[in-house]
Amino acid sequence: MSTVLETRNLVKRFGGFVATDNVSLTVQRGARHALIGPNGAGKTTLINLLTGSLKPTSGRVVLEGEDITGLPVHRRVSRGLARTFQVNQLFPDFTPLESVVLAINERERLGASAWAPLAAHAEAVDEAAGLLERFGLTDVMGERTSHLPYGKQRLLEIALAFAAKPRVLLLDEPAAGVPEEERHEVLAIVRALPAEVTVILIEHDMDLVFSFADRISVLVAGALFTEGTVAEIAADPRVKAIYLGEDA
Amino acid sequence: MLTILFDGVAYGMLLFIIAVGLAITLGLMNFINLAHGAFAMAGGYITVVLMNRYGVSFYLCLPIAFLVVAALGALLEGTLYRRLYSAPHLDQVLFSVGLVFMSVAAVHYLMGGQQQLIHLPPELNGRTEIFGIGVGRYRLFITAVCAVLVVALQLVLAKTRFGSQLRAAVDDGRVARGLGINVSAVFALTFAFGSGLAGLGGAMGAEILGLDPNFPLKFMVYFLIVVTVGGTSSMTGPFLAALLLGIADVAGKYYFPQIGAFVIYGVMVIMLVLRPHGLFSREGAR
Amino acid sequence: MTAVSESQEAVSAAAPEHLAAAQLRRRSAWRAYELVLWLVAVALIFLLPSKALLLTEIAIVALFAVSLDLILGYAGIVSLGHGAFFGLGAYVAGLFARHYFTEPVTGLLVAGLASGIFGFAASFLVLRGSDLTRLMTTLGIALMLAELANQMAWLTGGADGLGGFTIGPILGLFEFDLWGRTGYIYSLAVLFLAMLIARRLVHAPFGLSLKAIKANRVRAAMVGVPANSRIVVIYTIAAVYAGFAGALLTQTTSFVSPDVLAFHRSADVLLVLVIGGVGYLYGGIIGAIVFTLLRDWLSVITPQYWMFWIGLVLVVIVLIGRENLARWHTFLPAPVQRVFKRAASWRPGVKLGGGG
Repeated sequence: MSTVLETRNLVKRFGGFVATDNVSLTVQRGARHALIGPNGAGKTTLINLLTGSLKPTSGRVVLEGEDITGLPVHRRVSRGLARTFQVNQLFPDFTPLESVVLAINERERLGASAWAPLAAHAEAVDEAAGLLERFGLTDVMGERTSHLPYGKQRLLEIALAFAAKPRVLLLDEPAAGVPEEERHEVLAIVRALPAEVTVILIEHDMDLVFSFADRISVLVAGALFTEGTVAEIAADPRVKAIYLGEDA
Repeated sequence: MLTILFDGVAYGMLLFIIAVGLAITLGLMNFINLAHGAFAMAGGYITVVLMNRYGVSFYLCLPIAFLVVAALGALLEGTLYRRLYSAPHLDQVLFSVGLVFMSVAAVHYLMGGQQQLIHLPPELNGRTEIFGIGVGRYRLFITAVCAVLVVALQLVLAKTRFGSQLRAAVDDGRVARGLGINVSAVFALTFAFGSGLAGLGGAMGAEILGLDPNFPLKFMVYFLIVVTVGGTSSMTGPFLAALLLGIADVAGKYYFPQIGAFVIYGVMVIMLVLRPHGLFSREGAR
Repeated sequence: MTAVSESQEAVSAAAPEHLAAAQLRRRSAWRAYELVLWLVAVALIFLLPSKALLLTEIAIVALFAVSLDLILGYAGIVSLGHGAFFGLGAYVAGLFARHYFTEPVTGLLVAGLASGIFGFAASFLVLRGSDLTRLMTTLGIALMLAELANQMAWLTGGADGLGGFTIGPILGLFEFDLWGRTGYIYSLAVLFLAMLIARRLVHAPFGLSLKAIKANRVRAAMVGVPANSRIVVIYTIAAVYAGFAGALLTQTTSFVSPDVLAFHRSADVLLVLVIGGVGYLYGGIIGAIVFTLLRDWLSVITPQYWMFWIGLVLVVIVLIGRENLARWHTFLPAPVQRVFKRAASWRPGVKLGGGG
């Protein structure tokens, strides 16, 4: 296995507060890598540093051997680093079809094409239709996103990230807020993601983490606390103590 | 040279007194109120009418202008502004531009389009020598009044219960609500007070800034510059920005009459691009 | 290609890609109201020759408002200084005709080019910051330009305006007439071509990405939309359009007043767009019709105070809510609503009432 994504001594300070404390993380290609930690451990900050929404105070982010620390968000996306958000970030007035077509167009560098209508780019449309079918959104693809039930919006959230054909996909609590009856559909989609796509999962639900991940990193107070296989982490008394100390 | 500097300070003080209410509107409610100058204009016209038609003393006109405009502000806040606090900025802009247009046309209709003059009490006319500098007495008066107001404002903000509630509400409205502070009441009072100060500033400024129906449009940018360049996180920022603007404008018009205003706008644009959160804000450039 | 009918869509529902393609085609299909609008606009050349000057004004205001819609309605940039590009176009067209060449189409293109270059440079200043800082930046740029035009009296005529030039025949063929008929046809043609192009832009992937930037900038970046470069492009195009509009005003009136750079131009065009509705291009045209007729009417009954009524309209619109204004038809009785709905969604190639 080879390394697909790594951080080198990543530090992020907000004023005097150290949100990310010298994190060096290595993610293997094709891994199902979970990132866990109590509230306030700096998981979201770390994700934002990876995707480029935040600039680190010091340290590097390396994707497939190339330093991407200085690249803006959209350039990282086109290099294959996509994410979903814990709280849906969608286009409320778009239909799912328009949203997915947008993502595909941008990936194919059609986004600046300003003459032919959307429908003229037949390959993108076909791909969008296929993607929507795969994510169970075909029957609602023409409706306004804001009118969709939450579970469907959640699927669209993942579909949008997936449309970028990511090599590394960051899933931020993919099942958060989804009602019980729609939950299995979302989880089935997550489990069915192709093996060549590396998945980094940020999750609070330990059952989901232990059933899905093959490797786990534990963040505490902004720093990497420990890292290991599922069995190692499950057996680690210190990790248990951290979680028992908090709520689990 | 020093005379110009002093004129600039007086001018800047006036700008601050008028614009401070706008800073609070913006900082507290994130409301873009382009009609703030209309309150100042109202204060100016109240003074003109009272003095020229009814012979009321100038010194009595100032508190009346403050109170009447504050009442007007409270009325508009309760009936109209309040509905738009959570509206998109575009709506706020449209609404307040609409108010500006209405006030301009209404004043034009009622008072005519000409410049209004007020006759200052004789003791405020003429010049006085202070430390060998020739200083207009009226500008001295303005500076003194404004300085007293600034100190008073600072004390109210720093020392009183209301001041701490206001600061809490500006910092984080949700937390303040959670602490049991009645944010909308605090804001209504502040809005009225800010409008009143604008009215007072307009009354005092009629002589210096000039007073005609286009006042709110002419000075809209100046008030906005004070607020955006100064930032809304403290009172010091807008105060310094107002002084700088006052001095720059007076000096610019004196030394470079051809390009004065152009430079002010240019500097503003550059400043906003370099420091979008204001010149004196802690966030600084991003 | 004509649109696919409802029944065909039902048959092909089994194949999602056909359904998807059909849905996307429907987005960009010509609507009945568009065709009616343009036919009426052409018919008015013959039906209302005495009102040609007013119609010309409507066409110019419409083009200006469409230009604003491109940045406000599509990219979500609130501007209080869009008049800068209008005014620049107006002055450039005037100066070009006075000093170089009187043929209007050339002048129009030169004015559009000048505004476009200025808009390109200015676009970098609106990329960052909040709504308020953008508002101030755009306003500041417009004020600088107004101040400049006022001070450079040797070039622009200062407060007296720029006159003393004549505009030659269009393409050397069509002479401007006293009644404004040629001017109207010319302005309408420019508006139509500009709309054709704008329609393509907004229905293409480019337009979709603009709407994405407006709707959710965080997510737009996260699907790979380079927001800054898209905004630069659309801001430049919008500046060209505004420059065209200003040039049309100069060429149809043979005069440039310093009023072209006044603050109220920028405020008025916002009002125009808001009256007609933001984000679908035709809002600019519909708003221009309503606004210009309203102003014409108000300035007849209260010559000096129409500004008051315009202000009142603004305040009332905001208090009613723009979104309520946009769906005014839902407050009509149900049968009337149905007629409107059919008319609005009717497209050539589909039988009226064929749907459900």
